[in-house]
Amino acid sequence: MNLLEVQDLQKHYPIHAGLLRREVGRVRAVDGVSFQIARGETLALVGESGCGKTTVSRCILRALTPTSGAIRFTPENGRAVDLATLPKRQMRPLRRHIQMIFQDPYASLNPRMMVGDIITEPLKVNGVPAAERRERLMELLELVQMPPGSRTRFPHAFSGGQRQRIGIARALALHPQLIVADEPVSALDVSVQAQIINLLLDLQDRLGLSMLFVAHDLSVVRHVSDRVAVMYVGRIVEVAPTDALYRAPRHPYTEALLAAVPAPDPNRQHRRRVAQGEVADPARPPPGCAFHPRCPYTVDRCRTERPELAATESGGWVSCHRARELELAGVR
Amino acid sequence: MLQTPMADHAAPAVALAVRDLAVQFRSEQGVVRALDGVSFDLHAGRTLGIVGESGCGKSVTARSILRLIDHPGIITGGRMVLDPSTPREIDLASLDPESRQMREVRGGRIGLIFQEPMTALSVHYTVGNQLIEAVRQHHSVSVAEARNRATELLRDVGIPRPETRIDAYPFELSGGLRQRVGIAMALAGDPDIVIADEPTTALDVTTQAQILSLLRGLQEAKNISLMLITHDMGVIAEMADEVTVMYLGRVVEVAPVRQLFAAPRHPYTRALLRAVPSILARPRQRLSTIGGAVPHPGSRPFGCSFHPRCAERVGAVCMERIPDPVPPGQAGASCFRTEVPA
Repeated sequence: MNLLEVQDLQKHYPIHAGLLRREVGRVRAVDGVSFQIARGETLALVGESGCGKTTVSRCILRALTPTSGAIRFTPENGRAVDLATLPKRQMRPLRRHIQMIFQDPYASLNPRMMVGDIITEPLKVNGVPAAERRERLMELLELVQMPPGSRTRFPHAFSGGQRQRIGIARALALHPQLIVADEPVSALDVSVQAQIINLLLDLQDRLGLSMLFVAHDLSVVRHVSDRVAVMYVGRIVEVAPTDALYRAPRHPYTEALLAAVPAPDPNRQHRRRVAQGEVADPARPPPGCAFHPRCPYTVDRCRTERPELAATESGGWVSCHRARELELAGVR
Repeated sequence: MLQTPMADHAAPAVALAVRDLAVQFRSEQGVVRALDGVSFDLHAGRTLGIVGESGCGKSVTARSILRLIDHPGIITGGRMVLDPSTPREIDLASLDPESRQMREVRGGRIGLIFQEPMTALSVHYTVGNQLIEAVRQHHSVSVAEARNRATELLRDVGIPRPETRIDAYPFELSGGLRQRVGIAMALAGDPDIVIADEPTTALDVTTQAQILSLLRGLQEAKNISLMLITHDMGVIAEMADEVTVMYLGRVVEVAPVRQLFAAPRHPYTRALLRAVPSILARPRQRLSTIGGAVPHPGSRPFGCSFHPRCAERVGAVCMERIPDPVPPGQAGASCFRTEVPA
């Protein structure tokens, strides 16, 4: 049984206009997204701004209530529950199983609380006795490689990277089964980013973490994820094991994303094809395949008929009418 | 010090020479030396990449050149010479930031592209009004002529249907189009030097690729000397001819781009290049790291600023003395290690 199974998730926002504020349209921020996360697996959700990746993660945390679809979560030794339809009150006991790592380590820690209290707050809320909390705190500090003395200091005494470690320790306090990390390293300097990436890799190994890793940086994603789901205008256009996706992308949008990343090597500067145009407006997505106005391989069918995700021979899924015939360029 | 001539072929003229630039921010908490003797040459028609992590002083350098440093920052030393060794040479450090001459340099000689284009744009006026004003600031032309020029600028920066987009307000445009307008604003006074401060950091990756390719195209078409400030080694590799690596307000290495990536000389450059995540990584590949974090510029370590994080310290000298800066016009590293030929 997978830890998480998201099925046909939709999150729409009505657009109101006129005197009577009638609904005149809908922003389909997430428009039919399905994926699974197995235990111990890290799935990356990548895409450009407005693609819906953050909305998906907020639906899983139930910070947002989905419009429709199912989010089936099966905790270890527990029964499967559908997070999409669960009343907020029944969501509370499940929250300890799903924890979040935030992007901004400066905004996500209470400046008036000592680090030890920040990290153990989730334990306190869940009624863990003080002696046990202290013990767990020392374990957690060791886990994220922070000195024990940190516990009596305030967040301002720490650098961005150290604050991110504190945020990670807090997220791990309750032995969560799923971590949702939204751009956890994108606000950090390169030298510090590398430390946090390594820490996440260590934690995956040591704790068998299952993680939804929401990110826009395809280089970071290649280091930390087992599989990658690429989103475009509210839908997943391709999912594949990480190495397969980078070496041999099957969707033209994945190819365009990979080609757009500047490689840190002046000898590799291929005169690359730059995807033209702009990301489509999710309030008015193009008919057919949403990527067709920017796609160099568009044929008539792409303009009218929306492609569905179909299995590929390399263990992935792709939604492109021409996936079978195209030979797309990856990076290697 | 290991040195080699900078240019890989006949060196073009120097458009802007910065020498020993020092900038301090003074407050009740003390003095922060944001720049501490920064020197480099920007060659005509070339791209100089300035790379470093937060607090290294790369943005302060840009703002100093344009004399836009906010209170309480002051330039305490050094020169920034436009057109050095020509009859037209001016030291920007000697000008009054409010002077007419400095206002002409800003926009007319040196254009500035910001990370967030709304820094340069007002929400209250249309794109056209703002561009027309910028054009008329540097050219005495009629409003109608300036409007034509503004439309042309929008076309130059790849904005589709410029005749209609000229009447749009900035908020009606996407982030990518707004950055194109920001570039058009920077070019409105026909500058020969453009400083781009993290111009693509706020953009999505496909938009970033478009903007980088636009900048390269404009540079070639208009023979612009481009100073590109970024934290992204990928952007440096793709865009720069020469690179200046900064750390805590000092230049630690200067090199032609291929040399920098093939044989970095400063331990910081070496460590930084190894720490960059790669799109070519093996699954679950770990990165080399640099210990610790960049210190606050107000608490700069004694001696070589990088020594507490340096894995290649040669001895007490690194803690006691500041290594000599890289001599202007040459490639090299400011490091005691490189003084001993390998």
